[in-house]
Amino acid sequence: MTRSGSPAPARPAFPARTLLTGLAATVALLLPLILPLFQVTLLVNIAIFAIVAIGLVLLTGILGLTSFGQAAFMGLGAYTTAVLTTQAGWSPWLTLPAGFVVTGLIALFLGLITLRMQGHYLPLATIAWGMSLYYIFGNTPALGGFTGITDIPPVRLFGWSLSSPRTFAYLALVALGLVALGAQFLLSSRVGRAMRALRGGPVVAEAFGVNAFRLRVQVFVLAALLASLAGWLYAHSQRFVNPTPFSLQAGIEYLFMAVVGGSQYVWGAVLGAALITLLREWLQNLLPALIGAQGNFEVIVFGVLIILTLQFAPRGLWPLLERALPQSGVRLLPQRSRLPGRAMPQPGTPLLQVAHAVKQFGGLRAVNDVSFELRAGEILGLIGPNGAGKSTMFNLITGVAPATSGQVIFAGRDITRLSAEQIHRLGVARTFQHVHLLPDLTLLANTMLGGYARGKAGMVASLLHLERGEEAALQHEALRQLQRVGLGEQAFTLAGNLALGQQRILEVARALVADPTLLLLDEPAAGLRYGEKMELAALLRRLRDEGVTVLIVEHDMDLVMNLVDRLVVMNYGERLAGGTPAEIRANPAVREAYLGVDLTEDLAGGAA
Amino acid sequence: MQIFDPTIFPILAADGLTNGAVYALLALALVLIFAVTRVIFIPMGEFVVFGTLTLASLQLGKVPGTLSLLLVLLGVAALMEAFTQFRRGQTRQGLRTLIGAGLLGAALWVLAGWIVPLKPPLAVQALLTLLLVAPLGPLVYRTVYQPLQNATVLVLLIASVALHLVLTGLALVFFGPEGSRTPPFAPGNVRLGQVTLSQQSLLVILVSALLMLGLYFFFERTMPGKALRATAVNRLGARLVGISPSSAGILTFTLAALIGGLGGMLIGPSVAMTYDSGFLIGLKGFIGAIIGGLVSYPLAAAGALLVGLIESFASFSLSAWKEVIVFTLILPVLLWRSLTTRHLPEDEE
Repeated sequence: MTRSGSPAPARPAFPARTLLTGLAATVALLLPLILPLFQVTLLVNIAIFAIVAIGLVLLTGILGLTSFGQAAFMGLGAYTTAVLTTQAGWSPWLTLPAGFVVTGLIALFLGLITLRMQGHYLPLATIAWGMSLYYIFGNTPALGGFTGITDIPPVRLFGWSLSSPRTFAYLALVALGLVALGAQFLLSSRVGRAMRALRGGPVVAEAFGVNAFRLRVQVFVLAALLASLAGWLYAHSQRFVNPTPFSLQAGIEYLFMAVVGGSQYVWGAVLGAALITLLREWLQNLLPALIGAQGNFEVIVFGVLIILTLQFAPRGLWPLLERALPQSGVRLLPQRSRLPGRAMPQPGTPLLQVAHAVKQFGGLRAVNDVSFELRAGEILGLIGPNGAGKSTMFNLITGVAPATSGQVIFAGRDITRLSAEQIHRLGVARTFQHVHLLPDLTLLANTMLGGYARGKAGMVASLLHLERGEEAALQHEALRQLQRVGLGEQAFTLAGNLALGQQRILEVARALVADPTLLLLDEPAAGLRYGEKMELAALLRRLRDEGVTVLIVEHDMDLVMNLVDRLVVMNYGERLAGGTPAEIRANPAVREAYLGVDLTEDLAGGAA
Repeated sequence: MQIFDPTIFPILAADGLTNGAVYALLALALVLIFAVTRVIFIPMGEFVVFGTLTLASLQLGKVPGTLSLLLVLLGVAALMEAFTQFRRGQTRQGLRTLIGAGLLGAALWVLAGWIVPLKPPLAVQALLTLLLVAPLGPLVYRTVYQPLQNATVLVLLIASVALHLVLTGLALVFFGPEGSRTPPFAPGNVRLGQVTLSQQSLLVILVSALLMLGLYFFFERTMPGKALRATAVNRLGARLVGISPSSAGILTFTLAALIGGLGGMLIGPSVAMTYDSGFLIGLKGFIGAIIGGLVSYPLAAAGALLVGLIESFASFSLSAWKEVIVFTLILPVLLWRSLTTRHLPEDEE
């Protein structure tokens, strides 16, 4: 039923992009046959490095966690297979999962310790353990010290020994193809949207039910496993390992590949790996002759290249190239099922109760003993002058900053100490005072993020695209909500192209996809023009009539007075008054607080 | 344990304190740079290397490659500056920038070419070293970081790592792969009871302490120092009262390069410096800086001293594992720091 109602997505009749990818894959598969042997070896290296760089795209470009230590994880995979094949006689096909286990466990341990770190502490930590692991490889006699381990057996496939670079190239290219495909699948999934949302900070992602820390650890381990796979390939293509390719310097180069190519694009990683590898090969021959001495002078050029990239093409080279390629259309999946809905509370029953809430910041009581009640099916406005504690109250209810004392009860459950993520899963959805959207994604994708908590598909299902049924249901639900707020026509445009008023409305649609019993709006009219405010008010009234309960924190008196059923007024962190708009308008204390009649001394005395 | 042997312990402790004092200077410079410009300055150690190796070249009567780097950077920076000025329509200022940079470069080139082959006394060589190394700081800021002024901390960090690689590579080109030592400023030993200490290590500790005191007065008593502190506290606010973030950045990087070059000459007699020693030296300063949360100067200095001591004792008992111990140590410190630092949940830069 919904398909007929939805506008046809802008999808080209001819999937040019898919065709192009197929063409690129065919060329890549032909290369090992036609290139000279030396260049086939380079091709193998590019494929291997691109796998590591794709891990960095997921971790750094999408999730925003910078790691200089991927080479160390690659070393774990390489050394695991080197030791087990040469000393225990294992088949390489068994050492690959063994490498995953070793790398996965160490990455999990490091992730659990370091991913709680914020901002710049994490990359510094990756430098530290990147160096430590390198020195451990070099100083452990069982790993061959700095000379390494030789005579690693080749990989055997169906009785074939992949000992020549030409045959091994196919293994590396297939591995790269699978990794690239999986990464693309992941990015266009529920988990991928959560990863992108997390980049801007945990507040938005957690407001839609994402467990930020867990997702960070998952992606970190995934990137480490990709590096481990690359290490396994590297060990069996070189047939020997030593610590040098797994040093911090190598780790830095992988990050450079991702940054130069375009750290937010899977193909950017491949482009970066190819560029840096080929450039190094060329410079390694050219520079020593030019300078007249031996040494790895190519790092000078790499460093300058990175600085120039950061200054002139901060998103990397791939986006520049992509402009010339045909755009891929958004594909709407056929809907087979609908997401389960939530049972809505009886109108008029208490939905949210705040009792004697207190929030203390050091010596400041931002919220002091405030109580109020919100009934299902009404619009309640929370107003007050600047610094009245409205936003703090908002944070107490949404779990961003828990109350110092007092109680918040939602639908009969005490939510005072729950996290933002848990509170969202109980049926509370919100918008933000400063719009938090993903400008590079379509309205549809942005809206779908709101349904994160209604989906179940995890990392593995997303990597393999096994969650398409759920994704389809989510797409159609998001489309329905976009139509509900009047943005259905623009579902396939980019969110960054919208005006501020429409972005606010898009945030409402995103919140509605969560099927909330309570919708919280944080200053939705801030920065809007008059007409946009009227549209917003009309939308909220319509939603109320459809049974949505709304709590709105707002500055704008006109909007609030003509919209809400009841009001709670806060001043200096305390509850000043409560009642219908007419009662509030007549309340002298409220007028004093807002208009500043000369009673400030009394008020200050009362607040202290 | 052997390290507590009364004849060995004081030597190790003095070694640790000497190196620790230099790490402490670096830690202070790193905290300063981060506070003012948000740059995590990985190449700090390269200034140290350039300090030592420039002095070592001067000792041999060779014009160091530092001069070429300085001239190239000066040229690039002048072109960038003039380009901005031309675009603003300030043609005369732009020309003045170009001519000024040209004259300055020529003067440096002539000065170095004349004075270096004469092998002047150590003090003059040290001054010349500072003259060659200190300007690298502001020039690097102008060419690399100023165009990225509004980038995130992580982008600035990646730029720092890139710059570190460039400077290391150039150091290899300029000075070759061999290690060099520089002569001590204060030769001879002092006997304190049973222990013999070199006068140089006492000098290092003394100079470091004096420099820290000097920095303290600079920040507390002088206008530029106060301007830097204001920028560190609130960049926008400082800008509103007329402190330009660019000039604050340039001043900061000048101080940092000065500290780095001086540190290199202080540590030069005790460490065989190679072109790539800078990274490890810088990182050790870093551990100190991070112990101070990249904001507290006294904590950073104390942390760096601790790193010097740990390194000294570790290198005696477990020399192969020295680096593993020092760098694994950073993990609990980072964890503790990131758990205790208050984090703004929303709307940060």
